Amino acid sequence: MNGLRIYALIYLVFLYAPIILLPIFAFNDGTVIAFPLQGVTTKWFSELMTVNALHDSVKNSLYVAVITAIFSTLLGICAARAQARYRFPAKKGIVGLIMLPLVLPEIIVAVSLLIVFLSLGFNIGLWTIILGHVLICTPFSIAILNSSFQNLDPSIEEAAQDLGETRFGTFLKITLPLVMPGIVSSLLIAFTISMDEFIIAFFLSGTEPTLPVYLWSQLRFPQRLPVVMALGTILVVLSILILILAEAMRRYGLRRSGMQDKGGFL
Amino acid sequence: MTMITLDGVEKYYGDYRALRGINLTIGEGEFFSLLGPSGCGKTTLLRTIAGFEDVTTGAVTIDGKTMTNVPANKRPTNMVFQSYAIFPHLNVAENVAFGLRRRRDLNKKAKNTLVEDALDMVGLDGFGDRAAHALSGGQRQRVALARALILKPKVLLLDEPLSALDKKLREQMQSELRRLQRQVGITFILVTHDQEEALIMSDRIAVMFEGQIAQLANPQTLYRRPINRKVGEFIGVMNTLPAQVKIAVGARVSVDVAGLGPVMLTPDQCPSGAKTGETHVGIRPETMAILFDGETSDGNIANGMIHELAYYGDMTYYDVKLDGIERPVTISMKNLVGRPVLERGQRTRVRWDERSLVLFKE
Repeated sequence: MNGLRIYALIYLVFLYAPIILLPIFAFNDGTVIAFPLQGVTTKWFSELMTVNALHDSVKNSLYVAVITAIFSTLLGICAARAQARYRFPAKKGIVGLIMLPLVLPEIIVAVSLLIVFLSLGFNIGLWTIILGHVLICTPFSIAILNSSFQNLDPSIEEAAQDLGETRFGTFLKITLPLVMPGIVSSLLIAFTISMDEFIIAFFLSGTEPTLPVYLWSQLRFPQRLPVVMALGTILVVLSILILILAEAMRRYGLRRSGMQDKGGFL
Repeated sequence: MTMITLDGVEKYYGDYRALRGINLTIGEGEFFSLLGPSGCGKTTLLRTIAGFEDVTTGAVTIDGKTMTNVPANKRPTNMVFQSYAIFPHLNVAENVAFGLRRRRDLNKKAKNTLVEDALDMVGLDGFGDRAAHALSGGQRQRVALARALILKPKVLLLDEPLSALDKKLREQMQSELRRLQRQVGITFILVTHDQEEALIMSDRIAVMFEGQIAQLANPQTLYRRPINRKVGEFIGVMNTLPAQVKIAVGARVSVDVAGLGPVMLTPDQCPSGAKTGETHVGIRPETMAILFDGETSDGNIANGMIHELAYYGDMTYYDVKLDGIERPVTISMKNLVGRPVLERGQRTRVRWDERSLVLFKE
């Protein structure tokens, strides 16, 4: 084994050790998060079912994440298509401004949004979180959808119009099915980002906490920690399933249209 | 009968003038080609007919109807794209049937019959279930043809349809396209940069340079009587020699050609309104001949030296430096039985015919 391999191994252990600890302590019969383990139990999972505040926060998070995913993907479709097909003045500047939230510190985005919403007289709540999340998710959606739209041969759309289809019909029958893998990826990525986003949600949530905000509030009570571990385990399993689904969809789309497999998540 | 009229068509992209005053009529059932180097505006012209580009000034009329403000999906034209633009998520039959989607008057069975007929016509019967990406280049081309022809357009537009195919397949498709055009009897407009392809396939050819039509003629006239040096050198191989028009009075045009000497030209060899002065004449390689040892000729003879040669198997191309001119002329000779291939530096005699000369407009 040479140095690089050892480095890679340590790197992987570092990356995944915390995630492996999650299910271990979720099934551990004891409130102290430390070895040695004290026996196997599923009581943290059943306790999970009884905490109403937790259920509410999960619902809030799902609500925010689903709506964020849809909006940022819709905006991403418009922006990616405009970028791939049209030439307009100050195109680079406009695109740059849209992509900027990708690199802006989230804390700055969160504070500025809070000030703007309050001075506009908005009631902060789930919809202000959604607005904030759409702001940070849209650049990701555009980045994903850009490659889909740029890979699309413009003459394919022209051919559909030439064969009697309207512009809208062409978009529906030709463009949309061909960029569908990109759309699915964008939905899933935006969903995931919104789901575990903390800072913006923390500043803009008001009285309706999302899951990460709720979890943070629970860290003050050590005896609640195993329940959080149990929830984390469920989330990890769900994330893996979603990722597998996204990748399967993407590969299916590629195979169906006979395109070369370039990139992807896995 | 006239199918397409272009009347003073101009197209600007910003300040760039892509089409300059195009006037053109194309007949019903004609195989018409737009020929020119890349960037000459031939594809732009095709796209203005298809409706993908609007004209800045001027008018396009198809089948007696003005096409101003008529979008591509409402025009009686269909197009075969350079990339074929096969819909990758649909199979062959679905691709071909795409244009029938809006035809409410046809039931499913009638549509299937039409699709089968169209596939049959392009030699793809039985390929309906094939996925689009499982097709070869030639097959994609055929699908694109079937997809366009199934709508029975008045005009079929072909944008460099053969440029992506290898030589053998291209030649096969050239004759097949010709056959198909005769069979369906509609107007075909072909865009190509391949002069040979245009000559083989077309009834008439418009040669375009820099957004203008330089010459519009049938293949034989275009090859034998190119209007100027640019057209002549674009179509096939053309030897261009400096010349001086001595007398130009009515039918009498007397020209002194460098390397060949004084000749009399008939009016059909000259551009209209030829004037005295410096110009060029053109002569094709196959209208001149190397005289091998012992051969005699009662035609005109010029002397020169073999400067370079290229042996093609069936033909040999000689670059011969004629006495008195610096630039060599190309002469093509068939490699007949017993005919030797000369070597560089050898002296030779060249036979030429003044009937094959063409005087260029300067």
